Amino acid sequence: MVHLVDALLMAVIILNFIALGSSRIRSSVRVVGYQGVILGTLPLIVHHSVTWRGVVIAMAAVLLKGLVIPKMLEASLHPARAPREARPFVGFISSLLLGAVGTGLALLFAQTLPLAEAHTGLLLVPASLSNVMTGFWILTTRRTAIAHVLGILVLENGVFTFGLLLLDAMPELVEAGVLLDVFVGVFLMGILLKHIDRELSEVDIAAEPMTILREE
Amino acid sequence: MLIALLILPLLVAVAAFLLPSDRGRAYLVPLGGLLHFGILAPLVAGPTVTSSGHWLVFDPLGKLVLGAISVLYLVCSFFVPGYLGHYNHRPNRFFVMAMLGFLSATSLVILAHHLGLMWVAMEATTLITAPLIYFNRNAKSLEATWKYLLICSVGIALALLGSFFLAYASIKNGLPPSLLFEDLVKLAPQLSRPWLHAAFALLLVGYGTKMGLAPMHTWKPDAYGEAPGIVGALLAGGLSNCAFIAILRVLRISQAGGDGVYAHEAMVVMGLVSMAFAAVFMVRQRDIKRMLAYSSVEHMGILVLGVGLGGEAVYGALLHVMNNAATKGVMFLAAANMHRTYGSKQIADIKGVLHRLPISGALFIAGFFAITGSPPFGPFVSLFTILGQMMKSGRFAVAALFLALLGIVFVGMGASVLAIVQGRPTALASASPEKEKLWSTAPIVVLLAIVVLLGFYVPAPLQHLLMQGTAMLEVTR
Repeated sequence: MVHLVDALLMAVIILNFIALGSSRIRSSVRVVGYQGVILGTLPLIVHHSVTWRGVVIAMAAVLLKGLVIPKMLEASLHPARAPREARPFVGFISSLLLGAVGTGLALLFAQTLPLAEAHTGLLLVPASLSNVMTGFWILTTRRTAIAHVLGILVLENGVFTFGLLLLDAMPELVEAGVLLDVFVGVFLMGILLKHIDRELSEVDIAAEPMTILREE
Repeated sequence: MLIALLILPLLVAVAAFLLPSDRGRAYLVPLGGLLHFGILAPLVAGPTVTSSGHWLVFDPLGKLVLGAISVLYLVCSFFVPGYLGHYNHRPNRFFVMAMLGFLSATSLVILAHHLGLMWVAMEATTLITAPLIYFNRNAKSLEATWKYLLICSVGIALALLGSFFLAYASIKNGLPPSLLFEDLVKLAPQLSRPWLHAAFALLLVGYGTKMGLAPMHTWKPDAYGEAPGIVGALLAGGLSNCAFIAILRVLRISQAGGDGVYAHEAMVVMGLVSMAFAAVFMVRQRDIKRMLAYSSVEHMGILVLGVGLGGEAVYGALLHVMNNAATKGVMFLAAANMHRTYGSKQIADIKGVLHRLPISGALFIAGFFAITGSPPFGPFVSLFTILGQMMKSGRFAVAALFLALLGIVFVGMGASVLAIVQGRPTALASASPEKEKLWSTAPIVVLLAIVVLLGFYVPAPLQHLLMQGTAMLEVTR
C-alpha cells in the first residue's frame, strides 16, 4: 500500500516538473489535470477502510481536479492558436532547475516536521510542500492570467495532498479542500475568464499579461 | 439569536433578488443594516452567547469587531440609495445582494469558533465582495477584481494549509480530533510544537493576505482603487478586521501552546514591514483611492504590531479597530463624493475641493488629521497607547521606527490632501451638476462624530469590552 501511494506521489512530483518546463499552456493544463486525477484517487488508497465519505471525496476531487477544471481552462483558450507562455520572468530551464532545488528543500523541511506513527515513511508531506512551492513559482514567474490559474491549481493540489493525512480524523477539512476547488473553478475561471475574454478582447489571456493597473 | 445575524441579511438579499425596481431595491441595504444592528446591539450588551455545539460563539473580541462593522455598515448604508440613484442606468441587483451578503458573511467569520467554519466563511467573504469591486464593469475594475480573487485565493489556500497543520498538530499527538477554538486553546499545551509553529506562520501569511499586510498587500491598491468608495469603506473598515480577528483566534492557540513569543515577534515584524511599504507608496501617490488603500495597509500593520507588542498595546490595537474603521469610512465616502464630482480620482485632476464641495472637503481634511494620529481624534489615543507600551517595554528601536513611519505618512499624505483641497476647482468639476446632499454628507458627519467622541471619551460598555478583549489575548507564558 505504502509503495503504491509513494509511487503515485512521485508521479505527482514529476508532473510538477513537466508543468514547470513546458512552454505550451495547453500541455501544462493537461499535466495539472493528470495530477488532479492521481490525487483524487489517493483518498481511496490512503484511507484505512473505504467509507462512503471517502468515496464521495475521491469522486468529487477526480471530477473537479481532473475533468471539469482542465476542460474549463482548455475551453477558455483560443482554439485556433497554440498559445505559448509569452516571456516568463524566469526561463523554463531555470524554472526546472529551481523546481528541483525547491523539491529538495521540501524534502529537507518535511524532515523537521514529526509525523504520527501511521504516516511515517509516506511521501505525503514532501509531495505536498513541493506542490505548494511549484505553485508559488508558477504564480510569481509567469505573467498570464491562465498561467496564474494553473499556479493556483498546483498550489491547491499541494494543500489537498496534505489533507490526506487528516482523512481519517477530520474528513470535513478535506472536504473544505474540495470546496476550494469549486471556488477557484467556478468563480475565478468560469466567470472571470469569460468576462476578461469579452471585456479585454484585444488581450489574449493565454498569451499576454494584464497591466493597466500599476504603480506609476 | 446568533443565527438571525446570519440569516436575516440573506433574507433581505432574497427580497432584493425578487424586487423588480432598482430604485426600491437600493433601500434594502439600509434596511439590512438596521436589522443587523437591531439584533446585534442587545447581544453586544449581554453576556457571551454560545450556540449549541459551540460552533458559533459571540465573545468579547467578536463583539468589538462585529460591533464596529455593524455600526460602520449601518452608517454607510444610508449613502447607498443616493449613490446607486446617481448610477441609475446601471442594474444594481447583484450589487445590493452582495452588499447584504457581505453583512452575513462577515458576521459568520466573526462568530465562527471552528477552524474549518471560519475558513469557509472567509472564503465566502472573498466571493461576495468580488461583484462589489467589479461594480463599474470596465477593464480596470475587471483587472482589479481578478487580482483580488487571485491573490486572496492564494492566501485562502495557505490559510487552509495552515489549518491542516494545526489539525495535524493535535492528531500527531493522539489528541481527540476537534477544531473548535475553545478545545484547541485548552489542548494547546499538548499540541505538537513544530506543527503548531508552522501552522501559525501559514495562517498569519494566509489571513494576512486577506487583511492586506505587506508584502501580500498588492491586490489592495487595485481593488480599493477601482471599487466604489462605499465598498472601499466597507473593505478597509470591515473585511480587513475580519481577517484580523481570524489571526487573533489563531494567536490565542499559539499563546496557549507556549509558542506565543515567536507568534508575537512575527506580528511585530509583519506590522512594521506593512507600515514601511505603505509609507513608501503613499509619498507622491497620484491616485486618491490608492492612497487610502495604502493607508489601510499601514493601519492593518499597526493593528498586528499592537497585538504583537502585547500589554497595553493590545488594548490600543483593539481600540484602533474602532478608530480605523470609522476614520476609513470618513475618508472613503468623502473621496467617493470627490470622484463623482470631478470625474477622476487622480490627485492631479482634483483641485479646490473646499471650494466645490466644502462639507466633503472639510470632512476629508479632518479624516486626514485623524488617520495620521493627530489629536483630538480617536486614532491619536489608540496610537499613543501603542507607543506607550513600546516605551514601557523598552523597545525604543521599534518606537523610533514607528514614529518615523508615521511621520513619513503624515508628510506624504498631507501633501496630497493639501493639493486637492486648495486652489480653484477645475472647469469640469465646476460644470458638474453634482451637489452636496444630505445622503452624501450626513453619514460622513456621523462617522467623524464617532472618531471625535472616541478621542475624548471611551464609553463605559466599550471600555469594558476592550478590557475583556485585551484579557483574552493576555500572554500566559
